[in-house]
Amino acid sequence: MTDNALIQIRSVTKAYSKAKERIGIFEDLNLDIKKGDFVAVMGPSGSGKTTLLNLVGGVDQPDAGEVVIGGKHIEKLSEGQLAKWRSGHVGFIFQFYNLMPMLSAAQNVELPLLLTKLSRKERAERVATALSVVNLSDRAKHSPKEMSGGQMQRVAIARAIVSDPDLLLCDEPTGDLDRETADEILTMLQLLNKELGKTIIMVTHDPAAAAYAKRVLHLDKGLFVEKERAA
Amino acid sequence: MTIFGFVRKNMFRKKLRAILMLAATFIAFLIFGVLMAFFNAFNSGTENAAADRMVVVNKINFTQTMPFAYFNRVKAIEGVELAGHANWFGGYYQDPKNQIPVFAVSPEEYLDLYPEWIIEDEVRDAFLSDRTALLIGADLALRLGIEVGTQIPMFSNIYSHKDGGNSWSFNVVGLIEGRDKDTPTANVIFHYDYFNETITFGQDNIGWMVVRTASPDLNDVVAERIDTQFANSQAETKTSSEKAFNKAFIAQLGNITLIVGLVVGAAFLTILMIVGNTMVMSIRERTKEIGVLKTLGFSSPRILRMVLAESLLLSFVGGLLGMGVATLIVAVMSVLLQGFIPGMAVGADVFLQALGIMFILGLITGLPPALTAMRLPIVKALSRG
Repeated sequence: MTDNALIQIRSVTKAYSKAKERIGIFEDLNLDIKKGDFVAVMGPSGSGKTTLLNLVGGVDQPDAGEVVIGGKHIEKLSEGQLAKWRSGHVGFIFQFYNLMPMLSAAQNVELPLLLTKLSRKERAERVATALSVVNLSDRAKHSPKEMSGGQMQRVAIARAIVSDPDLLLCDEPTGDLDRETADEILTMLQLLNKELGKTIIMVTHDPAAAAYAKRVLHLDKGLFVEKERAA
Repeated sequence: MTIFGFVRKNMFRKKLRAILMLAATFIAFLIFGVLMAFFNAFNSGTENAAADRMVVVNKINFTQTMPFAYFNRVKAIEGVELAGHANWFGGYYQDPKNQIPVFAVSPEEYLDLYPEWIIEDEVRDAFLSDRTALLIGADLALRLGIEVGTQIPMFSNIYSHKDGGNSWSFNVVGLIEGRDKDTPTANVIFHYDYFNETITFGQDNIGWMVVRTASPDLNDVVAERIDTQFANSQAETKTSSEKAFNKAFIAQLGNITLIVGLVVGAAFLTILMIVGNTMVMSIRERTKEIGVLKTLGFSSPRILRMVLAESLLLSFVGGLLGMGVATLIVAVMSVLLQGFIPGMAVGADVFLQALGIMFILGLITGLPPALTAMRLPIVKALSRG
């Protein structure tokens, strides 16, 4: 464990209840991720990969233990405080893009900025920058249904980075894409990590995708079975 | 884009559904606006009634006449300050479809009994000095295009003229103006003597009497004295305050309040169920999107406000469109029905009530899905297909 880690997970326990039955996910989970790291998390279904992302992203709370991000104990934050924290510090990228179908690409990217005090002009500038980073400036006014899967995922990446968060959490970001498009998306994530210094945690089933990360962690039954394996 | 723009886009994400919900709201408020205009117009007679005026009618019902002799006996009753009488002429102008309220009245007393009618002195003099003179309400004259100083024929669908036919000739000597905008000026009055001398039947009878008492406090006593005076006679009387008389008149058409209440209530209950149910479905379909918004940092209270804003927007857009069209329809109808239902309009009070209902409807239809969306845990929302 390192003291200068961006993400520190300490003795985390997490379980879900299903039909009055307790299903344990993590027991005494510990993990450190340094700032600027690009970590792929692999493992079988039910191993706790998505739960780990949820805990790190502040969308779920541990039953016990500490989740410290950038020195902040997010397990102690209220729901409202967590929402505010997420909007400024975390960008989410989902497997199925999760874009708003009635909004254009630019409007989808602008969504997180509606929570800020930025002026309309400043928001437009940021949206344009984010879209140019993902090479979609010419698709700004297109709606999701007018775009391919790869383009939609690039819009989702632009939405994730538009508020300039430190941390990007990607849940199977290439799970719905063909190999060629997946490679484009992964290259883009790699670029964001290397050029912009974003810390990235990516959950994936795909070893080829994991190969783009700086290191790969394997989760099985709530435990890291193999750590620090260089990709 | 703004949060409001986002709400608006959410509302119209399924255009057909949004249009149908707007149409349901539109129709409900259209019904509300038109019926309330009718309702208020019907009740304006009771609202404008003078407290010290009473109406004496035949006890059988107000369409039955009374002997003219009653008039002089009523004038002599203690507590009666002033009395006038009137007959329903059953008048129409040019075309039987143009039915208008025309009354044959005791001219001088009648003008004194209605101070809310503003009549210039020279017009009053001209009216009183000419047995064939006619005064017409300003609104009605405008609608029918009748000008002061002209001679016009007026037809009756009840009486026949002794010279043959059912037409009477009148000199239009002036207009009846209202003291304020709420005073209806859609009637016609002329001399009872001219009427009584020229009709072929029913002479020396009067339709009803209007009595002014020295004080509204005396109304009950005076009413009892009048009715006692004619008890057990060939035409017993029923005396009531002008307000009570007007209410009874309206009541003959049915319980207007109940009818309006039931129709409007049914309309709003229907849209409450339609729009409420559709809003619930609409938000349920967006469960995953709500989860995504929450991950982006939209707080639960903000999600609640956004869903509520959407249902309020729907209610206000549909409602305002409905009220706007109701105003136009009522404006046309008020011209067509001015003779019988004067003063029909969608007033500011009705608009304020409508705005209140729009707010409440928006709140009721939006609150259940808004609360569901607010309470929805992100993990649960994102796990839904």
